[in-house]
Amino acid sequence: MTVTPLGIPRRLLEFTLDGQEARVPEGSTILDACRAAGKDIPTLCEGDTLTPKNACRVCVVEVEGARTLVPACSRKAEPGMEVRTDTERARHSRKIVLELLASSVDLSTTPKVAAWIKEYEAKPDRFGPDAARLNEEPRVDNDLYVRDYDKCILCYKCVDACGDQWQNTFAISVVGRGFDARIAVEHDGPLTDSACVYCGNCIEVCPTGALSFKSEFDMRAAGTWDESAQTETTTVCAYCGVGCNLTLHVQDNEIVKVTSPHDNPVTHGNLCIKGRFGYQHVQNRG
Amino acid sequence: MDLHFGDSKPTDDERAAVDALLGPPESSWEGADRSDADLRWARGGRAARDRRDLLLPGLHAINDRIGWISEGALDYLCRRLTVPPAEAYGVATFYAMFSVKPRPATVLHVCTDLACAAAGAAELCAGIESRLGLGSGVHVERSPCLGLCERAPAALAIKAGDPVRTAVSAPATVHEAVLAASAPDSAPGEPPAAMAVPQAGQGDLVLLQRVGVVDPAGLDDYRAHGGYTALRRAFELGPAGVIREVTDSGLVGRGGAAFPTGRKWQATASQPDHPHYLVCNADESEPGTFKDRVLMEGDPYALVEAMTIAAYATGAHRGYLYLRGEYPRAIHRVQHAIDQARARGLLGDDVLGQGYAFDIEIRRGAGAYICGEETALFNSIEGYRGEPRSKPPFPVEKGLFGKPTVENNVETLVNVLPILTMGAPAYAAIGTGRSTGPKLFCVSGSVDRPGIYELPFGATLGEVLQLAGVRPGLRAVLLGGAAGGFVRPDETDIPLTFEGTREAGTTLGSGVVMAFDDTVPLPRLLLRIAEFFRDESCGQCVPCRVGTVRQEEALHRIAERTGAAAADDIALLREVGRAMRDASICGLGQTAWNAVESAIDRLGAYE
Ligand SMILES: Cc1cc2nc3c(=O)[nH]c(=O)nc-3n(C[C@H](O)[C@H](O)[C@H](O)COP(=O)(O)O)c2cc1C
Ligand code: SF4
Ligand code: SF4
Ligand code: SF4
Ligand code: FES
Ligand code: FES
Repeated sequence: MTVTPLGIPRRLLEFTLDGQEARVPEGSTILDACRAAGKDIPTLCEGDTLTPKNACRVCVVEVEGARTLVPACSRKAEPGMEVRTDTERARHSRKIVLELLASSVDLSTTPKVAAWIKEYEAKPDRFGPDAARLNEEPRVDNDLYVRDYDKCILCYKCVDACGDQWQNTFAISVVGRGFDARIAVEHDGPLTDSACVYCGNCIEVCPTGALSFKSEFDMRAAGTWDESAQTETTTVCAYCGVGCNLTLHVQDNEIVKVTSPHDNPVTHGNLCIKGRFGYQHVQNRG
Repeated sequence: MDLHFGDSKPTDDERAAVDALLGPPESSWEGADRSDADLRWARGGRAARDRRDLLLPGLHAINDRIGWISEGALDYLCRRLTVPPAEAYGVATFYAMFSVKPRPATVLHVCTDLACAAAGAAELCAGIESRLGLGSGVHVERSPCLGLCERAPAALAIKAGDPVRTAVSAPATVHEAVLAASAPDSAPGEPPAAMAVPQAGQGDLVLLQRVGVVDPAGLDDYRAHGGYTALRRAFELGPAGVIREVTDSGLVGRGGAAFPTGRKWQATASQPDHPHYLVCNADESEPGTFKDRVLMEGDPYALVEAMTIAAYATGAHRGYLYLRGEYPRAIHRVQHAIDQARARGLLGDDVLGQGYAFDIEIRRGAGAYICGEETALFNSIEGYRGEPRSKPPFPVEKGLFGKPTVENNVETLVNVLPILTMGAPAYAAIGTGRSTGPKLFCVSGSVDRPGIYELPFGATLGEVLQLAGVRPGLRAVLLGGAAGGFVRPDETDIPLTFEGTREAGTTLGSGVVMAFDDTVPLPRLLLRIAEFFRDESCGQCVPCRVGTVRQEEALHRIAERTGAAAADDIALLREVGRAMRDASICGLGQTAWNAVESAIDRLGAYE
């Protein structure tokens, strides 16, 4: 989803996208232009409310004259640029990236990735049964949310959402380096000993389900999680006067999780602990 | 920001280590005892956060004093600097020289990288470990290249305390390395830097002319040997004139990327945004490279003078020298030179009485090859994880602290002195048309006289090898370090210029020439290179973070195989390598597979 800001009108710039003339407002990324032109480029670390970290590299495209491929999500379109999105070279990198990811972490709860794996004919199994995996146990140390880093692709979105891009709590960070890099709180302790304020904004942005509501985690473990049976209702949070929009995800007449619309001008998808997790009283039925 | 500090308290020693760097805390908000005033007055905010760049020095202070970084110590440092503990923990765990788990006060780094591996590092490690055993109070750490390849195998002991003590043993024996670790104070001193320069004292040297000739501690001696004439000439020429000379000289960067220095300076100088910064990249962690160390140890004032000129030309008043933490002697020597220069008005508010202000701060790295990448280096100085930034924007526009920054390698900067003293045309006449000037080569491995050699650009590989006394049975030569490429023994006529190596399908990189004879098992060497990159990847982007692991696994599988049996895995290496080269964020991932690929294609490894 692209929010069109109502600011000073921006100049249009022209460049070539897959041989076609494209015109986009100054400051647009190549990805913006692709989406406007109806092209489907896979993305994982890009998020609509955050500055992309351009770490996953599934969105790479070919730019005439560039030595390497460039990430569409963060490279700004420039006048006269010649961009090709679907070359053999770009497809090769996307395929390898998908194979590398799928061979090292659990992508079973990452939306859309199964379709990309098929489209790019990625074969994550070809690195053999001994290929190193994260092999992390889920960390269940509080009643609100679960960190299952076996599913983490290190997209940095949770770090940015908790840090200077939204929440300003800075409770999580990337620690270690290389293949041993992980998301963790200070001193790698439990969440309950950390600076976390349980706003759940990291869950909101996590693209893989590595961070999830405890309710969802428990239902998945019990085999009762069923998105097709869920309804979503957007309403206004009743706790304080800020007026955040809450989207209640309801299954079998129980609220199973709470999100917030990213295009809402109050929340941009962010909530506080009360709006995000304080729903139990609604369904305490005596 | 909501800062949350746990209950762990620093010990008196830990607190003292931090306070020695930052001064005593001024209020309970920073960790002092609570006073009445604190109830009515809060200090912190932006002023405190602006000191974020002291995080890395703070971590060093603790690690130097205690040997590792406890929760209490880290939290106290965070309180003093208004840094969230989660972020500081992310930074502390990024660097190989720090530990967030208890460990003995003494760490013995034993190099297991290419030259040292060829010189028997594996047996050395085993010997040291069996001699030390458990409870020895020494933690033995297998280390990537320590930049002492001319004296392989090498070991570096660091004993925490106040002050921290270090000792180098190279070439190391089990006995000497153990001695260095158990009593660093009484370990024998290192040989002078000139021992690494087989040509030392020869009249025709330009970059190395003073190494072994001047007293590296003596400013007057430096001046007596031509020191500070280049800076005087720079003041005569003015900033634009200096940039013109450097541009006309044809100087290109010696840090590996071979970018024209004059263009970089011009681009920085013309940025309207201020302040401008100068960064000298002395991180030198490329395996096989040790030229910057020898320059800094043997002729430290030359670097100070050259940085002053670069800063003057580009409009910077502050320079950072990012020096790798594994080089204690270089740090000591350059720090001494900076202090002396400042005391004599050659740094400070009024350099040489010309009304120009410039000063240099040394920032010590903490064990991370990736911090040599220019933008990772900025992050490291600023107190963030040493992860490369994506470009554009380029450093000349938004570099250190988001300001226009010129970053150059040590050898590059030292070249500026002869450019100014002999003039651009005379300098440009040295070397070839497109690779001008003198060049340093770091020669190590199977040669009789390993060390730094200075030759005009254009000398062939064979000439360099001959100078160093190559031993019989040469099997392969690695050019440009671990990120470079192998060439065959029959390719000795490759001219060592940027264009010559490019035409030969290889690279000059940082000037590494590492010779391996046929006693060195090639597959083990390639595995070590793969292991190096897997270890040193920052982990930010997927092609490099996971790709380096998958490549290492494939190399393990084929270590004992050749021909058809290896074909599948070689195909896999190529496919993964291609994506790493194309889609990684920075040069580390983009070049990580170069050397192995060249060994397969040029040397016929696994055939
Ligand atoms: C992974 C990596 C490591 C690097 N390490 C070094 C280094 O140790 N020293 C250095 O001068 N340049 C190093 N570089 C190159 C620098 O990024 C940069 O190009 C150089 O410092 C610029 O200086 P120059 O123009 O004087 O060569 C490294 C680059 C990469 C990608
Ligand atoms: S936990 Fe989720 S949001 Fe955070 S880095 Fe991992 S995948 Fe991204
Ligand atoms: S989510 Fe939090 S901030 Fe938003 S309206 Fe509810 S209580 Fe207020
Ligand atoms: S290529 Fe490797 S070192 Fe460079 S940013 Fe990516 S993960 Fe980090
Ligand atoms: S979506 Fe562009 S790099 Fe991840
Ligand atoms: S010091 Fe051991 S390889 Fe360089």
